[in-house]
Amino acid sequence: MDGLFLQILNGLDKGGAYALIALGLTLVFGTLGVVNFAHGALFMLGAFCAVALQRIFATSYQAVSETKKDFLGNPLKEDVPYIQDWFGPDVAAFLMDWSVPMSILLAVPVMALIGVIMERGLIKHFYNRPHADQILVTFGLAIVVQEIIKHYFGANPIPQPAPDIVAGAANVGAWVGLGENVVYPWWRLVYFGFSAAVIFGVFAFLQFTNFGMVVRAGMQDREMVSMLGINIQRRFTIVFGLAAVVAGVAGAMYTPTLPPDYHIGMDFLVLSFVVVVVGGMGSLGGAVLAGFLLGVLQSFASMNEVKSILPGIDQIIVYLIAVIVLLTLPRGLLGRKGVMEE
Amino acid sequence: MGNTQSRNDLLLLAGIAGFTLLAPWLLAPIGAAYPDLLQKFCIFGIFAIGFNILFGLTGYLSFGHAVFIGVGSYVSVWCFKLLTMNIIPAVALSVLMAGLFAAAIGYVSLRRSGIYFSILTLAFAQMSYNLAYSVLTPITNGETGLQVRAIRTNAELSLRDGDVRVIDQALGIQEVGVPITNLFGMKMSGYPGFYFCAVLLIICFYLAQRLTRSNFGVMLKAIKSNQNRLNYTGIHTRPYLIAAFVISGMYAGLAGSLMAVTDPIAGAERMQWTASGEVVLMTILGGVGTLVGPVLGAGLIKFAEQKVSSWNEGILNSFFSFLPESLQHFVVDVVSLFVGEGWHLTLGLMFMVIVIFLPGGLMEGFRRIMARFQKKPDETVAPDGAQQAAE
Repeated sequence: MDGLFLQILNGLDKGGAYALIALGLTLVFGTLGVVNFAHGALFMLGAFCAVALQRIFATSYQAVSETKKDFLGNPLKEDVPYIQDWFGPDVAAFLMDWSVPMSILLAVPVMALIGVIMERGLIKHFYNRPHADQILVTFGLAIVVQEIIKHYFGANPIPQPAPDIVAGAANVGAWVGLGENVVYPWWRLVYFGFSAAVIFGVFAFLQFTNFGMVVRAGMQDREMVSMLGINIQRRFTIVFGLAAVVAGVAGAMYTPTLPPDYHIGMDFLVLSFVVVVVGGMGSLGGAVLAGFLLGVLQSFASMNEVKSILPGIDQIIVYLIAVIVLLTLPRGLLGRKGVMEE
Repeated sequence: MGNTQSRNDLLLLAGIAGFTLLAPWLLAPIGAAYPDLLQKFCIFGIFAIGFNILFGLTGYLSFGHAVFIGVGSYVSVWCFKLLTMNIIPAVALSVLMAGLFAAAIGYVSLRRSGIYFSILTLAFAQMSYNLAYSVLTPITNGETGLQVRAIRTNAELSLRDGDVRVIDQALGIQEVGVPITNLFGMKMSGYPGFYFCAVLLIICFYLAQRLTRSNFGVMLKAIKSNQNRLNYTGIHTRPYLIAAFVISGMYAGLAGSLMAVTDPIAGAERMQWTASGEVVLMTILGGVGTLVGPVLGAGLIKFAEQKVSSWNEGILNSFFSFLPESLQHFVVDVVSLFVGEGWHLTLGLMFMVIVIFLPGGLMEGFRRIMARFQKKPDETVAPDGAQQAAE
């Protein structure tokens, strides 16, 4: 029972990342009708926003230390971060500690800008091209983005610390009455809460604002909306930016769980595509549901009890489910009728 | 009409055959004439021709074709380990096994089309890749990769670490050290290996040519242009699709087997989806649906990979030494982004440029240039033609 509960938590955490990426993919597909293979690269760029912010905070100059001396009594040189000079040591320490959550503030404008540039510069020209062309050109873009990141940040994963206050593990078992031995890392709980909040925010945005209403109408019937005198194209471009932001913050917040390297996006992308297809192309709810579902199932499959019955199942479960769903439910779990059935 | 077409085909085949067989001399001026690279040209040429039979003719974009490369390699290496170092059984069995795998995967994946087909093939490829690294390690030897070893002395040793080679033993063939693949005693490394691959490439090209021109090929093209209409006329398209998938899987299996022939080691990284992406790129770069395009694309990419990734700053500095010094540093800095380790960046950019500006690949580019030249004389005669040429 304890193990089962832990695996659900594990799955929710991972499922959160899948759901966020899949949500962005679906938004782009539902509005622009474009299959975006570069979405994983956006996730990766978000993760590197966190890395970049930490690097910025850590930018320092060398100064002669006032207190420390080497064994001959000469004063030592030490690195002083600029932020320590500007804001004082307390604020500087706080900023360093909270660099990952802070990076959201950096990731949002950066990713929105990248998203809009990408849409206007490249995706715009591919609306009416076949899906195969869209896949290929965005795949090429993903390679380019990855290689640029690799050039500047190197090929090795770069660990990012979570804030001290959420370091260590939470005694989750005690909260739900399962005893003392169910503990779970705090940061992963935070991530789950964060992803739930973002998903809720996106849905609320689409459901309760004027802008969202127009976008939803445009997803249903784009021509009709533009005939009503609404520049639906511009709104869709903004939606692309929104999808990029969602992928970006998902990446930035995931860095303490998994140190980012330049191909982290590709690893997630393949899985996220499977998630989108399982959920149903073009269905936002389906993407979120399938994200969490596959996350939980994947962590169940990696339990030793399951692995001893079906060896290797943890490696293939997601793909296996995708195959089964695609063959039995042509539209995915929650796909709308008539959207990309063939 | 039919006659000229078949004569053109024959000329094309003769041209390809001549070029391939004379490649060690023809490619010497650009520094590509060493057996290792020439073998790669042939192997990836075969892979791309096969991929083009599926993608070029039917329009079904498979994102998991590398799995057949993996199957071909593993089967070949096991043949070397268990049966004989002679490559004939290895190649034959690899093609057969790849065909069986393709039949199984194709049977399931081809129930759907479009992007779903791509995702399904990708899912199968990822499953195979993940399994090869985890539970299938007794067969695939995991990350180390499967290798040919010396004959095992005691039966306790696992087959991964010591070979048996039943046929070679029965024939009493002596081995010194780790054996080399051979074709009835002819060592399959260096130029003999290249010529073996080259002959197979020519055969594969010929088969693909015949297949494209046959009724079957026409049916596949019909599926690409309008599958619904075919269905309405009462034609069941799935058998054709499965046949095309199996044939292209067998081509990939042959390519994988040849990789093992020229270098008897098999690793799971050959099955990763980036490897599948690479063959898509080769086909696109050369020209989807053309016969020569995929071979051209494969050759170009392998050549560029070998050359561009070997350039370093020293070479660049000497290359740009005619520039003033400050400008030279700047140019070298910029260019070094794209060469050496940054080779993939060039690859990605090339990929984007081709898809954006030249969806038909290099072959379409050639055709356009040819059309330009042929249009020129018309300019004086018909003003319409001039207008078109100007566009």
